[in-house]
Amino acid sequence: MIAIADYGVGNLASVRKAFHAVGHEADLVRDTRRLRDARAVVLPGVGHFGHCSREFHRYDLGPAILDARARGVPILGICVGMQLLFEGSEEAADAPGLGLLAGRVRRMRGVPRLPQIGWNEVAVGGSHPWLVAADGWYYFVHSYAAEPEAGVTLGTTDYAGERAAIVGSDGILGVQFHPEKSGPAGLRLLRGFAEAVA
Amino acid sequence: MSVAKRVIACLDIRAGKVVKSVRFVDTKDIGDAIEFARRYNDEGVDELLFLDINASHERRRTAVELAARVADELFIPFTVGGGIASADVAGEILRTGADKVAVNSGAVRDPSLITAIAERYGSQACVLSVDAKRSDGTFEVVVDGGRVPTGRDAVAWATEAVRRGAGEVLVNSIDRDGTKLGFDLEMTSAIAEAVDVPVIASGGASSAEDFVTLFRGTPADAGLAASIFHYRELTIPDVKRALDRAGIAVRPAEAFRSSQGRG
Repeated sequence: MIAIADYGVGNLASVRKAFHAVGHEADLVRDTRRLRDARAVVLPGVGHFGHCSREFHRYDLGPAILDARARGVPILGICVGMQLLFEGSEEAADAPGLGLLAGRVRRMRGVPRLPQIGWNEVAVGGSHPWLVAADGWYYFVHSYAAEPEAGVTLGTTDYAGERAAIVGSDGILGVQFHPEKSGPAGLRLLRGFAEAVA
Repeated sequence: MSVAKRVIACLDIRAGKVVKSVRFVDTKDIGDAIEFARRYNDEGVDELLFLDINASHERRRTAVELAARVADELFIPFTVGGGIASADVAGEILRTGADKVAVNSGAVRDPSLITAIAERYGSQACVLSVDAKRSDGTFEVVVDGGRVPTGRDAVAWATEAVRRGAGEVLVNSIDRDGTKLGFDLEMTSAIAEAVDVPVIASGGASSAEDFVTLFRGTPADAGLAASIFHYRELTIPDVKRALDRAGIAVRPAEAFRSSQGRG
């Protein structure tokens, strides 16, 4: 089972439906004990980092995710779910991240519009065993972007400067864009992940 | 490179308007709306906007059902708007898989609606849709489908709405709506220069060239049209090709030509 950590944030239904569309069942899981049975954990998220982080901790998902990581269960973070994997965000200084990826999340500066809403081109520059993404166009919705430390960034996009779009390390993959809303390109990425972790 | 300019198709379901074929009042009509949405998706539309549910209870149920069915099979962003008067209703629509809700008259009557939606679901989920027309050298907000003037300045209203948490502004020029005279560059610019969130222009488009003119002449991030797409007077690929030829960044045709890949 692919478990989508259900902490009440917006894009849960879309993520589940997108996995379903590419032939992989994914369950919304709120009971952290059930996360132990998962073959992979997806951490969705959209909106405000502080709100997501508070809800995330309210459901006590932190220890469950760290436990999954310790047992080598693959983790995929999407948008704010990906941002939560970093050490923290300027958007909510009092709400900590999980610290599984090295770097912090900061507000994008010098940009024409905030949030960035729309399709942007991603150039893949690194490899990861679960990353089946070609360069392509993906749908972004965000005002804050991860500033990963060296070696964490696997793909970038350009929004008034280079921004991390795909990140990862051993056991973790994260995307700033929304694969569940990125048409065929996004579905290919989700299918690739589901097949690689099967 | 930067973020692509967006081409948005609106499924205008207002009773009595030109687009009668997609007016939806029952489940059969949802099927029609889904058919259109599917076609636009296959053509490579960047986003869909579903207008206009009614404040009445059963039509709101229809809107939620429609949103759920769209989210079942289309994996592109979409917005649902019209008649949304509470954050609870917004939440119901967003939980089905819609990405944003658009608020219009309800927010003019009660601006705290914007704050409530933005606080609960994030600014990115709350689009201010503003209908405006010229009046004594300014742009005046009109409500209830463009019929009722409010005496409010549209630029000031858009600015306030963004301060309250709207993450995007849809500018619908009532002066241009249905005229096929092209987008309202003046009105779009006036609002797009006053706010720092993305702006969608709506009203008046009849040709691919109108989209080129919009993006050359204003800072708009997206252009929206309804009936010209419904009646195939213009297709999404026509618009994208013209934009690409004009050197304006768009999500290219190759990006959406493959199937949705069920299974």
